[in-house]
Amino acid sequence: MALDSKIPKGPLKDKWTDYKNHIDLVNPANKRNIDVIVVGTGLAGGSASATLAELGYNVKAFAYQDSPRRAHSIAAQGGINAAKNYQGDGDSFYRLFYDTVKGGDYRSREANVYRLAEVSANIIDQCVAQGVPFARDYGGLLDNRSFGGVLVSRTFYAKGQTGQQLLLGAYSAMNRQIARGKIEMFNRHEMLDVVKVDGKARGIIARNLVTGEIERHSAHAVVIATGGYGNVYFLSTNAMGSNATAAWKIHKKGAFFANPCYTQIHPTCIPRSGDYQSKLTLMSESLRNDGRIWVPKNLDDVKAIKEGRKKPTDLSENERDYYLERRYPAFGNLVPRDVASRAAKERCDAGYGVNATGEAVYLDFASAITRYGTEKAKIQNISNPSEAKIYELGQAIVEAKYGNLFQMYNKIVDEDPYKTPMMIYPAVHYTMGGVWVDYNLMTTVEGLYCLGEANFSDHGANRLGASALMQGLSDGYFVLPYTIGDYLSNDIRTGKIPTDTKEFEQAEKEVTARIDFFVNNKGQHSVDYYHKKLGKIMWEKCGMSRNEKGLIEAMAEIKALREDFWKNVTVPGISNEMNPELEKAGRVADFLELGELFAKDALDRNESCGGHFREESIELDGLQKGEAKRNDKDFAYVAAWEYKGEPANAVLHKEELEFNDIELKQRSYK
Amino acid sequence: MNLTLKVWRQKNASDKGKMVDYQVTEISEHMSFLEMMDVLNEQIINKGDEPVAFDHDCREGICGMCSMYINGEAHGPDRGVTTCQLHMRMFKDGDTITIEPFRAAAFPVIKDLVVDRSSFERIQQSGGYISVNTSGNTQDANAIPVSKEAADKAMDAATCIGCGACVATCKNSSAMLFVGAKVSQYALLPQGQVEATDRVLNMVAQMDAEGFGNCTNTGACEVECPKGISLENIARMNTEFMKASLKG
Repeated sequence: MALDSKIPKGPLKDKWTDYKNHIDLVNPANKRNIDVIVVGTGLAGGSASATLAELGYNVKAFAYQDSPRRAHSIAAQGGINAAKNYQGDGDSFYRLFYDTVKGGDYRSREANVYRLAEVSANIIDQCVAQGVPFARDYGGLLDNRSFGGVLVSRTFYAKGQTGQQLLLGAYSAMNRQIARGKIEMFNRHEMLDVVKVDGKARGIIARNLVTGEIERHSAHAVVIATGGYGNVYFLSTNAMGSNATAAWKIHKKGAFFANPCYTQIHPTCIPRSGDYQSKLTLMSESLRNDGRIWVPKNLDDVKAIKEGRKKPTDLSENERDYYLERRYPAFGNLVPRDVASRAAKERCDAGYGVNATGEAVYLDFASAITRYGTEKAKIQNISNPSEAKIYELGQAIVEAKYGNLFQMYNKIVDEDPYKTPMMIYPAVHYTMGGVWVDYNLMTTVEGLYCLGEANFSDHGANRLGASALMQGLSDGYFVLPYTIGDYLSNDIRTGKIPTDTKEFEQAEKEVTARIDFFVNNKGQHSVDYYHKKLGKIMWEKCGMSRNEKGLIEAMAEIKALREDFWKNVTVPGISNEMNPELEKAGRVADFLELGELFAKDALDRNESCGGHFREESIELDGLQKGEAKRNDKDFAYVAAWEYKGEPANAVLHKEELEFNDIELKQRSYK
Repeated sequence: MNLTLKVWRQKNASDKGKMVDYQVTEISEHMSFLEMMDVLNEQIINKGDEPVAFDHDCREGICGMCSMYINGEAHGPDRGVTTCQLHMRMFKDGDTITIEPFRAAAFPVIKDLVVDRSSFERIQQSGGYISVNTSGNTQDANAIPVSKEAADKAMDAATCIGCGACVATCKNSSAMLFVGAKVSQYALLPQGQVEATDRVLNMVAQMDAEGFGNCTNTGACEVECPKGISLENIARMNTEFMKASLKG
């Protein structure tokens, strides 16, 4: 089967407008007869549910939590980009498009990203009208800030809780439609399979997580918006329940899975402190605006710090290695996420990590505090201020900027980051790969759509800050509601889809068999035992740096682990009531397959790209010596995998990426 | 650390439930409370028994899912945190810790420590939104200026994570801090004015219908709120309610 991206013809800037002018529409009276299932109710799924219901479709929305308000979109801190050019600093659709494609290391689809930039401005208008309390300046207008990788101020924010506020906006829009009866909400439900009738997605099998009941739900189209698969690593910044099950189930039913090896590793997370750890906590990237990153120059000092004989503050300036400033003098501590992450790992691998596990570098605010304090003392006309006075004045300014983050760090690590440098380490954050979709956001299965982090299309191999929220809301509020109409216009005479057919019966049988297996298998290892083992393989061999040998090993190890899982896993409890271990078992079973495809994709992509450093693909000389080497000649494509029974047998389909409006260039931060 | 845990076990909504004692060993002071619960559960599973069910998800203090009542306090002894942000360094070796679900008539127990907070959902559906068409044809976001002070106050109210600690800790099981926060957010913004009267009347009516008690100004909710939502929001809701009642 050939991949057809369905990108409209014509100039880039007119594609979306022309497309909207020519698609088929559904008469409002007919929309009432059409059902749409939306799985996942974060930013993408929540906004899609609300808008589809607004348009008149009957929406059935599914969430595994007790409320859409708890989706992990809520944890996004920094902000959301939009090309409004309110600041008059030269922003435009084209610039936002350009920054996003470049930030993604030229591995995203041009037409999708341009459309994203185009609708970004609508998102802000929409959310303000919904009552999202974005930050304002003293004139009452919206405030903006700047984020990594760009030269304009286009990031809109609501304190450090932008994701929360945008999600609550989408959730309130959903609530309005639930009240009107246009959305039927299924909280504490998990989708366990998709049902296809005559090649089209026509429903799902879901489990009621409270009663354990297996339910059949039908619709004219199914939308998957279930987020990313970062938890394949066990430890990540994702919520504990974030999973790939819906995305993986549709992959097994014919939806191609694109670029599974692309994940974003975020550089500023709180390091792991022991084996019991359940997740990693992200600290906003904005900290790098003022923090300086370093490790000791001498291994003796590293040893002394680890043994508690020395404190980081005992080391003088020339005993410290500010390695980002040393390697990247132009950008210093503000290099993009992928570069900062790799550089930290490189130092720790060389033995310079400063905590007990050897996986931490310092993020130091001492010089910022002194700098701000000195400035403040000048403003206040304090002559010859004491060091303590300067520190006090500087601390107040740093506190105003990052106070909530410092407090969060203090709560978790029990150290005062105003007095001693923070410790940070990269962690798995956002997944750039996902279900392959065309320009309409439709997968390779007819009538089956995929939005937000769960799809692959807009971020390329890396993601700039403040662009994930933008994609989720753009897909849900402004793109899908148009594109799905074009498809559903052929369904106005179909009528209700019955659930008592052989297709539903077959899918339900498979789901039930799997659940029965888990609760009856009397093995000796818990689900977490396997999840942690998988995570270790993934991090060590499919993490920030990869090589051919490691990836081949990873594929074999994951396969062996999966076989052991199906023999020896144990799931206590019964199937027909709430059973969190049973939920986890199904999710980990899917991760054990996805992990292998991840390794296969990484093995196939013999180039360094975005956050993914392929050890065989490195710049050998010149200014970029030692840096990641992208290979456009051989790899400027999307790798879309077709399921063939075992992950190792998946078949590769290539969507060649064409860049007509942007020149493919080396990214340099020297 | 070695600890004795007294945990509420209840098979399902109709089961009577009881406290069960567990011993856990080798607990690190760096663990979060939920990681300690993971250790307990791993131990229970290895013995072939059913682990303790508890709600949790983001584990960074923002989703509002975790809901334990620890040693008689919602989210435990630390101030301004959710259970996932509570650390074991708040406890001592040899401590006995009592762990119960949030208790309120409007929050029935589903299993062990998991309660049903869908009453909060229904309150929001009764009017906790602004009726704007979500198809993107809204006016420019800067068309209506909002004073910084109003925006900041609305943001403070909107910070509520809907965890229910306010209800769990209130002797009357009142939901007025939660509802007050939601009403306040919209009452402070120009966009929320048109429906203000219906909103507050409907939300308060729904709150009562769900079986939440009344506020008697004890202030325990504010003390236990992990996000520092202030009592000022209850006062603002009462004002809005008075205004709306007079109009209505």
